[in-house]
Amino acid sequence: MTSLPNPAPTKKLGLVIDLDICVGCHACAVNCKEWNTGGHSAPLTDWNAYSGAEAEDGEDTGAWGVWFNRIHTYEAGEGAEARTVHFPRSCLHCEEPACVSVCPTGASYKREEDGIVLVNPDTCIGCKLCSWACPYGAREYDHEDGVMKKCTMCIDRIYNENLEEVDRVPACVSTCPVSARHFGDLGDADSAVSKLVAERGGYDLMPEMGYKPVNKYLPPRPRKDTAGATGAPTRLEALAAQAADAVPTGAGGSKLLSWVDAMLSR
Amino acid sequence: MHPAASVIFFTSASGAGYGLLFLLGIAGAGGLVPGSLALGLVGFALSLGLITAGLMASTFHLGHPERAWRALSQWRSSWLSREGLAAIATYIPAGLFAVGWVFLGETRGVWGVFGLLASLGAVATIACTGMIYASLPTIRQWHHPMVVPVYLVLGLYNGALWMAVLTSTLGGEAELFLDLAIIAGLLAAAVKTAYWRSIDRAVAKTTSGTATGLGDLGRVRLLEGPSTSRNYVMREMGYRVARKHAAKLRLIAGLLGVLVPLALLPLVTLGSGGWTMIPLFLAALSGSAGVVVERWLFFAEATHVVTTYYGAEAA
Repeated sequence: MTSLPNPAPTKKLGLVIDLDICVGCHACAVNCKEWNTGGHSAPLTDWNAYSGAEAEDGEDTGAWGVWFNRIHTYEAGEGAEARTVHFPRSCLHCEEPACVSVCPTGASYKREEDGIVLVNPDTCIGCKLCSWACPYGAREYDHEDGVMKKCTMCIDRIYNENLEEVDRVPACVSTCPVSARHFGDLGDADSAVSKLVAERGGYDLMPEMGYKPVNKYLPPRPRKDTAGATGAPTRLEALAAQAADAVPTGAGGSKLLSWVDAMLSR
Repeated sequence: MHPAASVIFFTSASGAGYGLLFLLGIAGAGGLVPGSLALGLVGFALSLGLITAGLMASTFHLGHPERAWRALSQWRSSWLSREGLAAIATYIPAGLFAVGWVFLGETRGVWGVFGLLASLGAVATIACTGMIYASLPTIRQWHHPMVVPVYLVLGLYNGALWMAVLTSTLGGEAELFLDLAIIAGLLAAAVKTAYWRSIDRAVAKTTSGTATGLGDLGRVRLLEGPSTSRNYVMREMGYRVARKHAAKLRLIAGLLGVLVPLALLPLVTLGSGGWTMIPLFLAALSGSAGVVVERWLFFAEATHVVTTYYGAEAA
Protein backbone atom coordinates (compact mmCIF):
# COMPACT_ATOMS: atom_id res chain seq x y z
CA MET A 1 0.00 0.00 0.00
CA THR A 2 1.74 3.15 -1.12
CA SER A 3 -0.68 5.53 0.55
CA LEU A 4 1.12 6.83 3.62
CA PRO A 5 0.12 5.45 7.02
CA ASN A 6 -2.72 7.44 8.57
CA PRO A 7 -2.33 8.62 11.29
CA ALA A 8 1.37 9.32 10.69
CA PRO A 9 3.74 7.10 12.69
CA THR A 10 4.58 8.60 16.09
CA LYS A 11 7.81 6.64 16.27
CA LYS A 12 10.36 8.03 13.83
CA LEU A 13 13.51 5.96 13.80
CA GLY A 14 16.30 7.89 12.14
CA LEU A 15 19.89 8.99 12.07
CA VAL A 16 21.55 12.17 13.27
CA ILE A 17 24.78 12.89 11.40
CA ASP A 18 27.34 15.25 12.87
CA LEU A 19 29.07 17.15 10.07
CA ASP A 20 31.37 18.79 12.59
CA ILE A 21 33.23 15.61 13.39
CA CYS A 22 32.78 13.37 10.34
CA VAL A 23 36.27 12.72 8.97
CA GLY A 24 35.12 11.35 5.60
CA CYS A 25 36.71 7.93 6.06
CA HIS A 26 33.88 6.07 4.21
CA ALA A 27 33.87 3.35 6.90
CA CYS A 28 30.09 3.74 7.36
CA ALA A 29 29.52 3.25 3.62
CA VAL A 30 31.78 0.21 3.51
CA ASN A 31 30.21 -1.44 6.55
CA CYS A 32 26.74 -0.62 5.16
CA LYS A 33 27.61 -2.39 1.91
CA GLU A 34 29.13 -5.31 3.81
CA TRP A 35 26.12 -5.83 6.09
CA ASN A 36 23.42 -5.19 3.53
CA THR A 37 24.85 -7.36 0.80
CA GLY A 38 23.74 -10.18 3.09
CA GLY A 39 20.71 -8.43 4.63
CA HIS A 40 17.09 -7.52 3.85
CA SER A 41 17.80 -6.30 0.29
CA ALA A 42 20.66 -8.71 -0.47
CA PRO A 43 22.68 -8.83 -2.61
CA LEU A 44 23.97 -5.34 -3.39
CA THR A 45 25.41 -6.18 -6.77
CA ASP A 46 28.30 -4.55 -8.64
CA TRP A 47 28.98 -4.42 -12.38
CA ASN A 48 32.33 -4.20 -14.14
CA ALA A 49 33.77 -4.03 -10.63
CA TYR A 50 37.37 -3.93 -11.87
CA SER A 51 36.75 -1.87 -14.99
CA GLY A 52 39.11 0.96 -15.71
CA ALA A 53 36.87 2.24 -18.52
CA GLU A 54 35.33 5.67 -18.38
CA ALA A 55 31.62 5.59 -17.51
CA GLU A 56 29.24 7.07 -20.06
CA ASP A 57 25.76 8.45 -19.41
CA GLY A 58 23.31 5.60 -19.10
CA GLU A 59 25.70 3.04 -20.55
CA ASP A 60 26.94 -0.07 -18.87
CA THR A 61 30.58 0.93 -18.84
CA GLY A 62 32.82 1.81 -15.92
CA ALA A 63 32.58 0.27 -12.47
CA TRP A 64 29.30 0.78 -10.68
CA GLY A 65 27.15 -0.90 -8.09
CA VAL A 66 24.43 -0.52 -5.47
CA TRP A 67 25.31 1.44 -2.33
CA PHE A 68 22.89 2.74 0.30
CA ASN A 69 25.28 5.24 1.79
CA ARG A 70 27.64 7.54 -0.08
CA ILE A 71 30.15 10.05 1.25
CA HIS A 72 30.63 13.37 -0.51
CA THR A 73 33.18 16.01 0.43
CA TYR A 74 32.33 19.69 -0.03
CA GLU A 75 34.14 22.94 0.28
CA ALA A 76 32.02 25.82 1.60
CA GLY A 77 33.00 29.49 1.80
CA GLU A 78 35.96 31.29 0.27
CA GLY A 79 39.69 31.59 0.90
CA ALA A 80 40.91 31.30 4.45
CA GLU A 81 37.32 31.14 5.66
CA ALA A 82 36.54 28.06 3.50
CA ARG A 83 35.61 24.86 5.28
CA THR A 84 36.01 21.30 4.14
CA VAL A 85 32.95 19.29 5.13
CA HIS A 86 32.57 15.54 4.74
CA PHE A 87 28.98 14.67 4.02
CA PRO A 88 27.50 11.16 4.33
CA ARG A 89 24.24 10.84 2.34
CA SER A 90 21.67 8.07 2.67
CA CYS A 91 17.88 7.64 2.82
CA LEU A 92 16.35 10.19 5.21
CA HIS A 93 13.16 8.09 5.81
CA CYS A 94 11.00 11.17 5.12
CA GLU A 95 7.66 11.80 6.79
CA GLU A 96 6.23 12.71 3.36
CA PRO A 97 8.13 10.30 1.11
CA ALA A 98 6.99 10.90 -2.48
CA CYS A 99 9.09 7.85 -3.45
CA VAL A 100 6.41 5.80 -1.65
CA SER A 101 3.30 7.56 -2.95
CA VAL A 102 4.41 7.45 -6.61
CA CYS A 103 5.01 3.67 -6.46
CA PRO A 104 2.40 2.02 -8.73
CA THR A 105 2.64 -1.46 -7.19
CA GLY A 106 2.73 -0.96 -3.44
CA ALA A 107 6.27 -2.34 -3.27
CA SER A 108 7.50 0.85 -1.61
CA TYR A 109 6.00 1.48 1.78
CA LYS A 110 6.45 3.41 5.00
CA ARG A 111 6.14 1.30 8.13
CA GLU A 112 3.41 2.31 10.55
CA GLU A 113 5.31 1.12 13.62
CA ASP A 114 8.57 3.05 13.20
CA GLY A 115 8.36 5.15 10.01
CA ILE A 116 11.09 3.22 8.19
CA VAL A 117 10.74 3.32 4.37
CA LEU A 118 11.30 -0.05 2.69
CA VAL A 119 10.96 -1.75 -0.71
CA ASN A 120 9.41 -5.19 -1.09
CA PRO A 121 11.74 -6.88 -3.61
CA ASP A 122 9.05 -9.46 -4.47
CA THR A 123 6.55 -6.92 -5.83
CA CYS A 124 8.82 -4.15 -7.19
CA ILE A 125 8.56 -4.00 -11.00
CA GLY A 126 11.71 -1.88 -11.39
CA CYS A 127 10.03 1.13 -13.06
CA LYS A 128 12.50 3.52 -11.35
CA LEU A 129 9.83 6.19 -10.80
CA CYS A 130 10.63 6.26 -7.04
CA SER A 131 14.24 7.16 -7.79
CA TRP A 132 12.98 10.10 -9.87
CA ALA A 133 10.74 11.22 -6.99
CA CYS A 134 13.55 11.13 -4.40
CA PRO A 135 15.40 14.48 -4.10
CA TYR A 136 18.22 12.90 -2.10
CA GLY A 137 19.46 10.22 -4.51
CA ALA A 138 18.81 7.61 -1.85
CA ARG A 139 17.46 4.90 -4.13
CA GLU A 140 19.69 2.88 -6.41
CA TYR A 141 18.47 0.44 -9.04
CA ASP A 142 19.90 -3.07 -9.08
CA HIS A 143 20.24 -4.13 -12.72
CA GLU A 144 20.98 -7.69 -11.72
CA ASP A 145 17.82 -8.10 -9.61
CA GLY A 146 15.68 -5.69 -11.67
CA VAL A 147 14.40 -4.00 -8.51
CA MET A 148 15.04 -0.77 -6.64
CA LYS A 149 17.10 -0.88 -3.45
CA LYS A 150 17.61 1.54 -0.58
CA CYS A 151 18.70 1.99 3.04
CA THR A 152 16.67 -0.26 5.36
CA MET A 153 17.84 1.47 8.55
CA CYS A 154 19.33 -2.00 9.10
CA ILE A 155 15.91 -3.38 9.93
CA ASP A 156 17.64 -6.76 10.29
CA ARG A 157 19.99 -5.44 13.00
CA ILE A 158 17.97 -3.01 15.10
CA TYR A 159 15.34 -5.57 16.12
CA ASN A 160 17.67 -8.57 15.96
CA GLU A 161 17.61 -10.41 19.28
CA ASN A 162 20.48 -12.64 18.17
CA LEU A 163 22.76 -9.63 18.44
CA GLU A 164 24.08 -8.13 21.65
CA GLU A 165 21.90 -5.16 22.60
CA VAL A 166 24.79 -2.78 21.96
CA ASP A 167 24.96 -3.98 18.36
CA ARG A 168 21.25 -3.36 17.64
CA VAL A 169 21.99 -0.17 15.73
CA PRO A 170 22.48 0.38 11.98
CA ALA A 171 25.82 -0.88 10.64
CA CYS A 172 26.92 2.66 9.73
CA VAL A 173 26.36 3.85 13.31
CA SER A 174 28.14 0.91 14.90
CA THR A 175 31.23 1.34 12.71
CA CYS A 176 31.77 5.11 12.79
CA PRO A 177 35.21 5.58 14.40
CA VAL A 178 34.47 9.14 15.56
CA SER A 179 30.84 8.68 16.66
CA ALA A 180 29.59 11.13 14.06
CA ARG A 181 26.46 9.02 13.55
CA HIS A 182 23.65 8.63 16.07
CA PHE A 183 20.57 6.42 15.88
CA GLY A 184 17.29 6.77 17.77
CA ASP A 185 13.64 7.82 17.84
CA LEU A 186 13.31 11.36 16.51
CA GLY A 187 9.58 11.27 17.22
CA ASP A 188 10.31 11.23 20.98
CA ALA A 189 11.32 14.71 22.17
CA ASP A 190 13.08 13.19 25.20
CA SER A 191 15.29 10.78 23.26
CA ALA A 192 19.05 11.34 23.20
CA VAL A 193 18.99 12.04 19.45
CA SER A 194 16.16 14.59 19.74
CA LYS A 195 18.03 16.39 22.53
CA LEU A 196 21.18 16.39 20.42
CA VAL A 197 19.28 17.91 17.49
CA ALA A 198 17.77 20.60 19.74
CA GLU A 199 21.11 21.42 21.37
CA ARG A 200 23.16 21.58 18.18
CA GLY A 201 20.57 23.08 15.81
CA GLY A 202 20.11 19.96 13.69
CA TYR A 203 18.49 20.68 10.33
CA ASP A 204 16.68 19.13 7.33
CA LEU A 205 18.25 18.75 3.88
CA MET A 206 16.39 20.56 1.06
CA PRO A 207 13.56 21.80 3.32
CA GLU A 208 12.05 23.54 0.25
CA MET A 209 11.05 20.12 -1.14
CA GLY A 210 8.59 19.59 1.72
CA TYR A 211 9.40 15.89 2.17
CA LYS A 212 10.04 16.40 5.92
CA PRO A 213 13.09 14.16 6.28
CA VAL A 214 13.39 12.32 9.61
CA ASN A 215 17.20 12.12 9.54
CA LYS A 216 18.86 15.31 10.74
CA TYR A 217 22.28 16.84 10.12
CA LEU A 218 24.25 18.71 12.78
CA PRO A 219 26.09 21.74 11.33
CA PRO A 220 29.85 22.23 11.68
CA ARG A 221 30.51 24.24 14.84
CA PRO A 222 31.44 27.92 14.34
CA ARG A 223 34.99 28.58 13.28
CA LYS A 224 37.40 29.46 16.11
CA ASP A 225 39.93 32.28 15.82
CA THR A 226 42.44 30.61 18.09
CA ALA A 227 43.41 26.99 18.04
CA GLY A 228 41.66 25.23 20.89
CA ALA A 229 39.88 28.25 22.35
CA THR A 230 39.50 26.57 25.75
CA GLY A 231 39.90 29.78 27.74
CA ALA A 232 43.37 28.55 28.90
CA PRO A 233 45.30 31.89 28.84
CA THR A 234 42.90 33.65 31.22
CA ARG A 235 42.75 30.62 33.49
CA LEU A 236 46.56 30.43 33.57
CA GLU A 237 46.88 34.11 34.47
CA ALA A 238 44.52 33.65 37.38
CA LEU A 239 46.44 30.58 38.52
CA ALA A 240 49.78 32.43 38.26
CA ALA A 241 48.46 35.29 40.37
CA GLN A 242 47.12 32.82 42.90
CA ALA A 243 50.52 31.07 43.03
CA ALA A 244 52.33 34.38 43.49
CA ASP A 245 50.06 35.34 46.37
CA ALA A 246 50.70 31.99 47.97
CA VAL A 247 54.50 32.48 48.05
CA PRO A 248 55.50 31.92 51.69
CA THR A 249 57.71 34.56 53.42
CA GLY A 250 60.54 33.94 55.95
CA ALA A 251 61.88 30.68 54.57
CA GLY A 252 65.55 30.59 53.31
CA GLY A 253 65.42 30.69 49.56
CA SER A 254 62.17 32.60 49.49
CA LYS A 255 63.72 35.90 50.59
CA LEU A 256 64.92 36.39 47.10
CA LEU A 257 61.46 35.61 45.82
CA SER A 258 59.92 38.04 48.30
CA TRP A 259 62.33 40.69 47.10
CA VAL A 260 61.52 39.96 43.48
CA ASP A 261 57.85 40.06 44.31
CA ALA A 262 58.23 43.36 46.14
CA MET A 263 60.29 44.86 43.32
CA LEU A 264 57.91 43.70 40.63
CA SER A 265 54.88 44.81 42.59
CA ARG A 266 56.07 48.45 42.72
CA MET B 1 17.13 12.87 -16.87
CA HIS B 2 18.11 9.81 -18.84
CA PRO B 3 15.75 9.47 -21.82
CA ALA B 4 14.75 5.79 -22.02
CA ALA B 5 13.89 5.01 -25.65
CA SER B 6 10.94 2.84 -24.58
CA VAL B 7 9.34 5.66 -22.57
CA ILE B 8 9.81 8.19 -25.39
CA PHE B 9 8.26 5.80 -27.90
CA PHE B 10 5.43 5.02 -25.48
CA THR B 11 4.41 8.61 -24.75
CA SER B 12 4.66 9.76 -28.38
CA ALA B 13 3.01 6.69 -29.98
CA SER B 14 0.23 6.37 -27.43
CA GLY B 15 -0.23 10.17 -27.49
CA ALA B 16 -0.91 10.06 -31.25
CA GLY B 17 -3.05 6.91 -30.83
CA TYR B 18 -5.20 8.44 -28.09
CA GLY B 19 -5.47 11.69 -30.08
CA LEU B 20 -6.79 9.71 -33.04
CA LEU B 21 -9.12 7.63 -30.85
CA PHE B 22 -10.45 10.85 -29.29
CA LEU B 23 -11.32 12.24 -32.72
CA LEU B 24 -12.73 8.93 -34.02
CA GLY B 25 -15.06 8.80 -31.00
CA ILE B 26 -16.32 12.34 -31.45
CA ALA B 27 -16.48 12.15 -35.26
CA GLY B 28 -18.29 8.81 -35.17
CA ALA B 29 -20.81 9.87 -32.54
CA GLY B 30 -21.31 13.24 -34.26
CA GLY B 31 -21.77 11.74 -37.74
CA LEU B 32 -18.81 13.66 -39.18
CA VAL B 33 -17.48 10.52 -40.85
CA PRO B 34 -19.22 7.63 -42.62
CA GLY B 35 -19.55 4.46 -40.53
CA SER B 36 -17.72 2.63 -43.28
CA LEU B 37 -15.89 -0.64 -42.84
CA ALA B 38 -12.70 0.74 -44.42
CA LEU B 39 -12.47 3.83 -42.20
CA GLY B 40 -13.38 1.77 -39.13
CA LEU B 41 -10.81 -0.92 -39.83
CA VAL B 42 -7.94 1.43 -40.67
CA GLY B 43 -8.88 3.96 -37.99
CA PHE B 44 -9.02 1.47 -35.13
CA ALA B 45 -6.04 -0.52 -36.39
CA LEU B 46 -3.99 2.68 -36.39
CA SER B 47 -5.24 4.21 -33.14
CA LEU B 48 -5.45 1.05 -31.02
CA GLY B 49 -2.27 -0.23 -32.70
CA LEU B 50 -0.29 2.88 -31.71
CA ILE B 51 -1.74 2.75 -28.19
CA THR B 52 -1.02 -0.95 -27.72
CA ALA B 53 2.47 -0.73 -29.18
CA GLY B 54 3.20 2.18 -26.86
CA LEU B 55 1.88 0.38 -23.79
CA MET B 56 3.88 -2.74 -24.66
CA ALA B 57 7.01 -0.61 -25.13
CA SER B 58 6.49 1.03 -21.76
CA THR B 59 6.94 -2.35 -20.08
CA PHE B 60 10.31 -2.92 -21.82
CA HIS B 61 12.20 -0.62 -19.47
CA LEU B 62 10.85 -2.42 -16.39
CA GLY B 63 13.15 -4.66 -14.39
CA HIS B 64 10.28 -7.16 -14.04
CA PRO B 65 7.80 -6.78 -16.94
CA GLU B 66 6.02 -9.97 -15.80
CA ARG B 67 4.91 -8.12 -12.67
CA ALA B 68 3.49 -5.16 -14.64
CA TRP B 69 -0.08 -6.07 -13.61
CA ARG B 70 0.78 -5.05 -10.04
CA ALA B 71 1.06 -1.45 -11.28
CA LEU B 72 -2.75 -1.24 -11.40
CA SER B 73 -3.16 -1.50 -7.63
CA GLN B 74 -2.08 1.87 -6.21
CA TRP B 75 -4.44 4.28 -7.98
CA ARG B 76 -5.15 6.04 -4.68
CA SER B 77 -1.73 7.66 -4.63
CA SER B 78 0.17 6.94 -7.85
CA TRP B 79 -0.35 8.68 -11.20
CA LEU B 80 1.50 5.83 -12.91
CA SER B 81 -1.06 3.42 -11.50
CA ARG B 82 -3.92 5.73 -12.55
CA GLU B 83 -2.47 5.93 -16.06
CA GLY B 84 -2.40 2.12 -16.31
CA LEU B 85 -6.01 1.85 -15.13
CA ALA B 86 -7.20 4.64 -17.46
CA ALA B 87 -5.41 2.98 -20.39
CA ILE B 88 -7.01 -0.39 -19.74
CA ALA B 89 -10.45 1.06 -18.95
CA THR B 90 -10.39 2.97 -22.26
CA TYR B 91 -10.06 -0.31 -24.18
CA ILE B 92 -13.60 -1.32 -23.08
CA PRO B 93 -15.66 1.50 -24.68
CA ALA B 94 -13.12 1.74 -27.53
CA GLY B 95 -13.53 -1.98 -28.24
CA LEU B 96 -17.35 -1.79 -28.14
CA PHE B 97 -17.32 1.31 -30.33
CA ALA B 98 -15.04 -0.49 -32.82
CA VAL B 99 -17.39 -3.52 -32.86
CA GLY B 100 -20.39 -1.29 -33.61
CA TRP B 101 -18.52 0.57 -36.31
CA VAL B 102 -16.72 -2.31 -38.06
CA PHE B 103 -19.27 -5.14 -37.73
CA LEU B 104 -22.59 -3.28 -37.59
CA GLY B 105 -21.78 -0.06 -39.43
CA GLU B 106 -23.22 1.86 -36.46
CA THR B 107 -21.37 4.85 -35.02
CA ARG B 108 -24.27 6.80 -33.53
CA GLY B 109 -26.91 6.25 -30.86
CA VAL B 110 -25.83 3.85 -28.13
CA TRP B 111 -22.68 2.98 -30.11
CA GLY B 112 -21.93 6.67 -30.25
CA VAL B 113 -22.05 6.78 -26.45
CA PHE B 114 -19.26 4.19 -26.42
CA GLY B 115 -17.39 6.43 -28.83
CA LEU B 116 -17.72 9.44 -26.54
CA LEU B 117 -16.65 7.31 -23.54
CA ALA B 118 -13.57 6.20 -25.52
CA SER B 119 -12.82 9.87 -26.28
CA LEU B 120 -13.13 10.69 -22.58
CA GLY B 121 -10.84 7.77 -21.69
CA ALA B 122 -8.27 8.96 -24.24
CA VAL B 123 -8.15 12.43 -22.66
CA ALA B 124 -7.95 10.97 -19.16
CA THR B 125 -5.08 8.63 -20.09
CA ILE B 126 -2.98 11.37 -21.70
CA ALA B 127 -3.66 13.64 -18.72
CA CYS B 128 -2.48 10.87 -16.36
CA THR B 129 0.70 10.42 -18.43
CA GLY B 130 1.40 14.14 -18.11
CA MET B 131 0.66 14.04 -14.37
CA ILE B 132 3.26 11.31 -13.80
CA TYR B 133 5.85 13.93 -14.70
CA ALA B 134 4.04 17.04 -13.44
CA SER B 135 3.64 15.52 -9.97
CA LEU B 136 7.40 15.25 -9.34
CA PRO B 137 8.64 18.31 -7.40
CA THR B 138 12.23 17.09 -7.84
CA ILE B 139 12.32 18.22 -11.49
CA ARG B 140 11.24 21.83 -11.97
CA GLN B 141 10.95 21.48 -15.77
CA TRP B 142 8.36 18.74 -15.20
CA HIS B 143 6.66 20.11 -12.09
CA HIS B 144 5.13 22.81 -14.25
CA PRO B 145 1.47 23.75 -14.90
CA MET B 146 1.98 23.61 -18.68
CA VAL B 147 3.23 20.02 -18.84
CA VAL B 148 -0.23 18.40 -18.92
CA PRO B 149 -1.64 20.94 -21.46
CA VAL B 150 1.38 20.28 -23.73
CA TYR B 151 0.78 16.51 -23.61
CA LEU B 152 -2.93 17.02 -24.38
CA VAL B 153 -2.42 19.52 -27.23
CA LEU B 154 0.32 17.46 -28.87
CA GLY B 155 -1.91 14.36 -28.66
CA LEU B 156 -4.75 16.27 -30.29
CA TYR B 157 -2.41 17.67 -32.96
CA ASN B 158 -0.95 14.30 -33.99
CA GLY B 159 -4.41 12.74 -33.81
CA ALA B 160 -5.80 15.47 -36.09
CA LEU B 161 -2.98 14.99 -38.61
CA TRP B 162 -3.66 11.25 -38.87
CA MET B 163 -7.43 11.82 -38.86
CA ALA B 164 -6.96 14.19 -41.82
CA VAL B 165 -5.01 11.48 -43.65
CA LEU B 166 -7.74 8.92 -42.95
CA THR B 167 -10.71 11.11 -43.86
CA SER B 168 -9.19 12.48 -47.04
CA THR B 169 -8.53 8.96 -48.33
CA LEU B 170 -11.47 7.02 -46.87
CA GLY B 171 -14.20 9.66 -46.69
CA GLY B 172 -15.50 12.15 -44.12
CA GLU B 173 -15.13 15.80 -43.28
CA ALA B 174 -11.46 16.00 -44.30
CA GLU B 175 -11.48 19.82 -44.45
CA LEU B 176 -12.58 20.01 -40.83
CA PHE B 177 -9.70 17.81 -39.63
CA LEU B 178 -7.20 19.67 -41.80
CA ASP B 179 -8.28 22.93 -40.18
CA LEU B 180 -8.19 21.30 -36.76
CA ALA B 181 -4.65 20.04 -37.41
CA ILE B 182 -3.52 23.56 -38.36
CA ILE B 183 -5.16 25.12 -35.30
CA ALA B 184 -3.84 22.43 -32.93
CA GLY B 185 -0.37 22.74 -34.48
CA LEU B 186 -0.29 26.51 -33.93
CA LEU B 187 -1.66 26.04 -30.42
CA ALA B 188 0.97 23.39 -29.65
CA ALA B 189 3.74 25.67 -30.92
CA ALA B 190 2.42 28.55 -28.81
CA VAL B 191 2.06 26.49 -25.62
CA LYS B 192 5.43 24.79 -26.01
CA THR B 193 7.20 28.08 -26.75
CA ALA B 194 5.62 29.65 -23.68
CA TYR B 195 6.71 26.59 -21.66
CA TRP B 196 10.31 26.91 -22.88
CA ARG B 197 10.37 30.62 -22.05
CA SER B 198 8.99 29.87 -18.61
CA ILE B 199 11.51 27.15 -17.71
CA ASP B 200 14.38 29.24 -19.10
CA ARG B 201 13.42 32.22 -16.94
CA ALA B 202 12.59 30.35 -13.74
CA VAL B 203 15.16 30.43 -10.97
CA ALA B 204 16.04 27.10 -9.40
CA LYS B 205 15.07 27.00 -5.72
CA THR B 206 17.33 24.12 -4.81
CA THR B 207 21.05 24.84 -4.64
CA SER B 208 24.09 22.99 -3.35
CA GLY B 209 23.61 25.22 -0.30
CA THR B 210 20.08 24.01 0.52
CA ALA B 211 20.96 20.43 -0.46
CA THR B 212 23.77 20.23 2.07
CA GLY B 213 22.48 22.87 4.50
CA LEU B 214 25.95 24.45 4.33
CA GLY B 215 24.82 27.48 2.35
CA ASP B 216 25.30 29.78 5.37
CA LEU B 217 29.05 29.14 5.18
CA GLY B 218 29.24 30.49 1.62
CA ARG B 219 29.28 28.96 -1.85
CA VAL B 220 29.19 25.15 -1.60
CA ARG B 221 31.06 23.12 -4.20
CA LEU B 222 31.86 19.45 -4.53
CA LEU B 223 35.45 18.72 -3.58
CA GLU B 224 35.27 14.96 -3.98
CA GLY B 225 32.41 12.78 -5.22
CA PRO B 226 31.43 9.58 -3.48
CA SER B 227 32.48 7.17 -6.22
CA THR B 228 35.31 6.93 -8.72
CA SER B 229 32.92 6.10 -11.57
CA ARG B 230 29.43 7.39 -12.44
CA ASN B 231 26.86 5.61 -10.27
CA TYR B 232 23.16 4.87 -10.94
CA VAL B 233 21.95 8.23 -9.63
CA MET B 234 24.45 10.13 -11.78
CA ARG B 235 23.63 8.12 -14.91
CA GLU B 236 19.84 8.23 -14.50
CA MET B 237 19.24 11.66 -12.97
CA GLY B 238 22.43 13.44 -14.00
CA TYR B 239 22.22 12.60 -17.71
CA ARG B 240 23.96 15.39 -19.62
CA VAL B 241 24.46 14.29 -23.23
CA ALA B 242 21.47 15.98 -24.85
CA ARG B 243 21.30 19.06 -22.64
CA LYS B 244 24.17 20.73 -24.43
CA HIS B 245 22.29 20.33 -27.73
CA ALA B 246 19.04 21.67 -26.29
CA ALA B 247 18.86 24.79 -28.47
CA LYS B 248 19.41 22.79 -31.68
CA LEU B 249 16.93 20.12 -30.62
CA ARG B 250 14.27 22.76 -29.91
CA LEU B 251 14.76 24.04 -33.43
CA ILE B 252 14.52 20.52 -34.89
CA ALA B 253 11.38 19.78 -32.86
CA GLY B 254 9.74 23.01 -34.05
CA LEU B 255 10.80 22.45 -37.63
CA LEU B 256 9.71 18.82 -37.91
CA GLY B 257 6.76 19.09 -35.56
CA VAL B 258 5.05 22.25 -36.72
CA LEU B 259 6.75 24.21 -39.53
CA VAL B 260 7.06 21.37 -42.06
CA PRO B 261 3.46 20.10 -41.54
CA LEU B 262 2.04 23.65 -41.66
CA ALA B 263 3.93 24.27 -44.92
CA LEU B 264 2.67 20.99 -46.41
CA LEU B 265 -0.99 21.20 -45.33
CA PRO B 266 -1.96 24.13 -47.63
CA LEU B 267 -0.68 22.06 -50.59
CA VAL B 268 -3.42 19.55 -49.78
CA THR B 269 -6.21 22.02 -50.52
CA LEU B 270 -4.47 23.20 -53.73
CA GLY B 271 -4.06 19.73 -55.23
CA SER B 272 -6.73 17.29 -56.21
CA GLY B 273 -7.30 13.55 -56.39
CA GLY B 274 -4.81 11.03 -55.04
CA TRP B 275 -1.93 13.53 -55.14
CA THR B 276 -3.18 15.30 -52.03
CA MET B 277 -2.26 12.20 -50.09
CA ILE B 278 1.48 12.71 -50.48
CA PRO B 279 1.90 16.08 -48.71
CA LEU B 280 -0.71 15.06 -46.13
CA PHE B 281 1.00 11.80 -45.30
CA LEU B 282 4.39 13.52 -45.12
CA ALA B 283 2.89 16.19 -42.85
CA ALA B 284 1.54 13.53 -40.46
CA LEU B 285 4.88 11.69 -40.43
CA SER B 286 6.83 14.89 -39.83
CA GLY B 287 4.44 16.04 -37.10
CA SER B 288 4.79 12.68 -35.32
CA ALA B 289 8.59 12.74 -35.64
CA GLY B 290 8.59 16.25 -34.19
CA VAL B 291 6.79 14.98 -31.10
CA VAL B 292 9.39 12.21 -30.68
CA VAL B 293 12.14 14.85 -30.67
CA GLU B 294 10.09 17.03 -28.29
CA ARG B 295 9.66 14.06 -25.92
CA TRP B 296 13.37 13.25 -26.01
CA LEU B 297 14.13 16.88 -25.23
CA PHE B 298 11.57 16.80 -22.40
CA PHE B 299 13.77 14.24 -20.66
CA ALA B 300 17.13 15.63 -21.70
CA GLU B 301 16.31 19.19 -20.55
CA ALA B 302 15.00 18.08 -17.17
CA THR B 303 17.38 18.85 -14.32
CA HIS B 304 16.91 16.82 -11.14
CA VAL B 305 17.63 18.38 -7.74
CA VAL B 306 19.83 15.41 -6.76
CA THR B 307 22.48 16.75 -9.17
CA THR B 308 23.18 19.49 -6.60
CA TYR B 309 24.86 16.77 -4.51
CA TYR B 310 27.05 15.89 -7.48
CA GLY B 311 28.50 19.24 -8.43
CA ALA B 312 25.59 21.23 -9.91
CA GLU B 313 25.21 24.62 -8.22
CA ALA B 314 21.42 24.67 -8.65
CA ALA B 315 18.66 22.57 -10.20
